[in-house]
Amino acid sequence: MATASDVEKALRDRLQASDVTVLDTSGGCGASFEVAVVSDQFEGKKLLDRHKLVNAALAEEMKSIHALSIKKCWTPAQQADAQNR
Amino acid sequence: MRQSVVRASNLQAPAGATAGGIGLSPELKAALEKFIAENKVVLFMKGTRQFPQCGFSNTCVQILNQMSVPYETVNILEDERLRSGMKEYSQWPTFPQVYINQEFFGGCDIMIQSYQSGELAEVLEAALNS
Repeated sequence: MATASDVEKALRDRLQASDVTVLDTSGGCGASFEVAVVSDQFEGKKLLDRHKLVNAALAEEMKSIHALSIKKCWTPAQQADAQNR
Repeated sequence: MRQSVVRASNLQAPAGATAGGIGLSPELKAALEKFIAENKVVLFMKGTRQFPQCGFSNTCVQILNQMSVPYETVNILEDERLRSGMKEYSQWPTFPQVYINQEFFGGCDIMIQSYQSGELAEVLEAALNS
């Protein structure tokens, strides 16, 4: 089973994510997570392709995850923009 | 519901086509391509539109109902070969999966975000007018 910290580490390592938020929404069984990711690798990519990057980064973990809800895939600039609003 | 069940069963690969393995057989791939070509909007989901068996699938049904567009649903829980085959076909690990105009559009999160941004309405309008 995957833990929130496994998911966070995978996203930080494989997407060089500068900011990652992982919420375990499974009630403890580790099968359901919500994630928000900030990474340079999203630059110039549309939302579908950003989600594909996240899914690919978690390919190993996805074997035991039932539901992955991707709440945000931001570039660092988009994150800064949101914080300044 | 009956119609969608019939169509889902049409998508089942012939027995033995996968030779015991789980994956995307050429027969299933051809059936999927045909089905997606014949229907502008297809939702591959858990359960049926009347009785979704997953909250994320239900969300997609609600969004498509809200958009008032014709769409087909396929219950991937009916057939394990279809379920595993669709993951490979779409290169997407989870359900629901939405196809618009023969292209994979996204899962539940993308449906929600594009619905809120107005992009979904544009894509659907373009698809239905094409």
